[in-house]
Amino acid sequence: MAKRFQDIDVIGVFLWLFRAVIIVIIAWGTIAALLDNPYSSIDWINFFVIGITQGSMYALIAIGYTLVYGVLFMINFAHGEFFMSGIMTATVFLIIPFSESGFLNEHPIISLTLVGITAVVVSVVIAIFTERIAYKPLRKAPRLVPLITAIGASFFLQNLFRGFFGSAVKPFPLVDILKGSVSIVGIEILKTRLIVIVVTIIMLIGLNFFIMRTKTGKAIRAVAEDKDIAALMGIDVDRTITITFATGAAMAGIAGLLFALVFQQVHFFMGFIPGIKAFTAAVLGGIGSIPGAAIGGFFLGMVESVGPPLFLEGLGIPSSVQLKDVIAFTMLVLVLIFRPQGILGERLSEKKA
Amino acid sequence: MINQMQYNFRETAKKGLLAGVITLIISVIGMVELFAERSLVADLLTMGQVLIFAAAAIFSFLYSDSLNRGNVREWILTGFTIGAFSAPPLLILIWLTQVVNLRQFFANVSPALIELLTFHQEPLTGSLLLTAAFIVIGIVAAGVSQIPEKTRRPILTGFLGALAIGLFSEIISLRLKALIGDLFGRQVGDSFSNFLFESRALRILPAAVIFALIAWLTIRRRKMQEEGHESRISFPLLVDGRLQWRNLLIIVIAMSVLPILLGSYLSEVVNVVGIFVLMGLGLNIVVGFAGLLDLGYVAFFAVGAYTMAILTSEGALGVFGISFWAALPIAVAMSTLAGIILGMPVLRMRGDYLAIVTLGFGEIIRLLALSDMLRPFIGGALGVLRIPKPYIGPLDLYLVKPEHLYFVVLLGVLLAAFVSWRLRDSRLGRQWMAMREDEDVAEAMGINLVKTKLLAFAVGAAFSGLAGAIFASKLTSIFPHSFNLLISINVLSLIIVGGIGSLPGVIVGAFILVGLPEMLREFAEFRQLMYGALLVVMMLARPEGFLPSSIHKRELHVGDEPPIDLDSTPISAAPEGGAR
Repeated sequence: MAKRFQDIDVIGVFLWLFRAVIIVIIAWGTIAALLDNPYSSIDWINFFVIGITQGSMYALIAIGYTLVYGVLFMINFAHGEFFMSGIMTATVFLIIPFSESGFLNEHPIISLTLVGITAVVVSVVIAIFTERIAYKPLRKAPRLVPLITAIGASFFLQNLFRGFFGSAVKPFPLVDILKGSVSIVGIEILKTRLIVIVVTIIMLIGLNFFIMRTKTGKAIRAVAEDKDIAALMGIDVDRTITITFATGAAMAGIAGLLFALVFQQVHFFMGFIPGIKAFTAAVLGGIGSIPGAAIGGFFLGMVESVGPPLFLEGLGIPSSVQLKDVIAFTMLVLVLIFRPQGILGERLSEKKA
Repeated sequence: MINQMQYNFRETAKKGLLAGVITLIISVIGMVELFAERSLVADLLTMGQVLIFAAAAIFSFLYSDSLNRGNVREWILTGFTIGAFSAPPLLILIWLTQVVNLRQFFANVSPALIELLTFHQEPLTGSLLLTAAFIVIGIVAAGVSQIPEKTRRPILTGFLGALAIGLFSEIISLRLKALIGDLFGRQVGDSFSNFLFESRALRILPAAVIFALIAWLTIRRRKMQEEGHESRISFPLLVDGRLQWRNLLIIVIAMSVLPILLGSYLSEVVNVVGIFVLMGLGLNIVVGFAGLLDLGYVAFFAVGAYTMAILTSEGALGVFGISFWAALPIAVAMSTLAGIILGMPVLRMRGDYLAIVTLGFGEIIRLLALSDMLRPFIGGALGVLRIPKPYIGPLDLYLVKPEHLYFVVLLGVLLAAFVSWRLRDSRLGRQWMAMREDEDVAEAMGINLVKTKLLAFAVGAAFSGLAGAIFASKLTSIFPHSFNLLISINVLSLIIVGGIGSLPGVIVGAFILVGLPEMLREFAEFRQLMYGALLVVMMLARPEGFLPSSIHKRELHVGDEPPIDLDSTPISAAPEGGAR
């Protein structure tokens, strides 16, 4: 018995030290960076805007992870591929022909709407097929089994689209009216970034309405609470799960369009890293919670963008932007170790405890 | 009447369409075209043709097999329907390419593909031919399924065996030429090889002979089994707890002469497979025995490789310059240490959270290796160059050739296999398995979870570090991008395909998933796609793998698993951060 306490103590001390080291590193770097501040306040505002833009996309993708986790308690590893598949298809079939024929700049709003709809539809269809084939038969399997299937589905979809459309990076030409920047309360902001932020906010409000006010949304919440009782209440659980996947994929489809607008290129591998980061965002906010996913997304985007100049450069690390992904993954690891319930996760953990 | 008609048009048509869609997809992604370059039997059969008709044939075979026997009309109808419905998706593809240039959308829909699908004919004749071919194949496959098992098996085994030899004919013919050439003179070798093979494919007559030979062997084996002989060629090492010296000797000799038989190229393939077997054995301990899904396994491989590289490199980054043999234990120790350090913070995590955190660790290590921050020490994106090969002092021999390096890999694999095998039935192994089944119960039984988990991480990491060290020395230069997530997924796939927790499974899995793509370029092109598909299909159809460990198989087939327990989400399962 005594031995056991000893063991726990060793690990506890280790974790405590780990935490202290991280805090010291961050504090040290931040102070050093602020003391010899190489950036002007405009630079900092830019970092901030970039962070919010990036975070918007993470937030939209993270919704899908959180919704699926909420109803199935499963990490849908292939979600990043839903994000990629929609915009990839829309780019190849619409944007590239449109831009070649000049239609894109003549009717920018019609084209972008069409692209958005296509991206969403393709993402949703891929999501529904994946759920049907790879996840549904495994509802009752041990927990690791669906996770392994999801990893397989992710790799399969990635390479399927690579086979379809080739492995080259595809350009996503920017519409003329979205070029340049606008000035809002004295801050110069790129039009594409503004669009991303506005669209994300509209989508999040729409989603909130859908989940909270509609009958289907109520069904999703009921299934997330308790599948058996939801079934007794006359809810078609299988259908609701499919709708949940579709909702998440629709958000991912929109995020794909926004991503293409910002970075102006698409690629078969583009879903992977944003997918993992969006999962980080979902965990950060408290997985299973929709506002949590949104907040986690914005927060992660901010840290990723402000973090390297703020505390890595202070430590004298060269080309700190290279380590932006390291920051994201480190945050994932830290959150899962120290606060697995996330920022907004108390209610959830209390309920399930 | 037993033989009632079970033929169901809708079901059958659905199966046929599904087969057609699968074939359409593998055509559009470029698999058919690429595989068509490899001919199996000269002027008769290419791998591409096999691929076009494989889905329809398999569906037809399996579906008719599930029907009653002996109703001729029924199986002909089934085969016909599946064949007929497999064709339309491809016909649509053929006719679409006549109207629009599909290539601007789909990178791999080339004129060559369409020519393959239409048998180099006009679209109309080609479409008719294709449909007819599908129907014939469908009916033949359905017919084969109706042959009694006793005759069917030799035919199928012979057919598949001849196909396999055809598939590898390029490598086999070169090897035969060299081997026989060495023994009986070059003339004999060339003519013998040319007798069997023609321009990288089997000739028709030898193909028929091989088919007959394999079929005959299968029949003979069954006869011997029926007469009660132990027909399997097996060399049990332990019989009633006693070591069989004779069998051990046979195996050792066989393994020692293997590189001479295989030659340089195949030895290289075996070495790569061996390195993956090593990693597979390690991950098998972590995932298979202890049930901890580790997706960042490549991190330990990287630690092993970088340690070896820095310690032995003769380039700018190597400041130590010690020998391979001295560096090997240090590399293993370093990766074991890394295993313990990375294992400590995740001790309290279970299941899917653990998988994601380890994935995060793996990516962090790779990104750090790639970054400018550590460039002065480990070379950043430029990697570490000029790593020497293992050197054997007494023989004054650098193990440069793959045939020589083979022995280093072999020793590593044997060591790891021995350790795994001994650990599996040891006290520790049983603790791991108890922990895999239920952590709480295991803890209640007095198992020290902290120690047990850390040991699993440490042993797994040690094997992986050993693999990494050999890998670095084999390649003589290493770069961060060699250590991406794909390696972890690759190792995970091979133990899942082979059977989680099963030692022979790891070896078989490595040969299928690593050896095949190494030997055949067209498999290499689609290896990730196939890994993905295999992971899904295996989990759906055969979660225990091809060579399952007996315990695991039993577990996975004991009735139905209980429904998802909502109370055991990882959120509640992972206790709060601060320990008290």
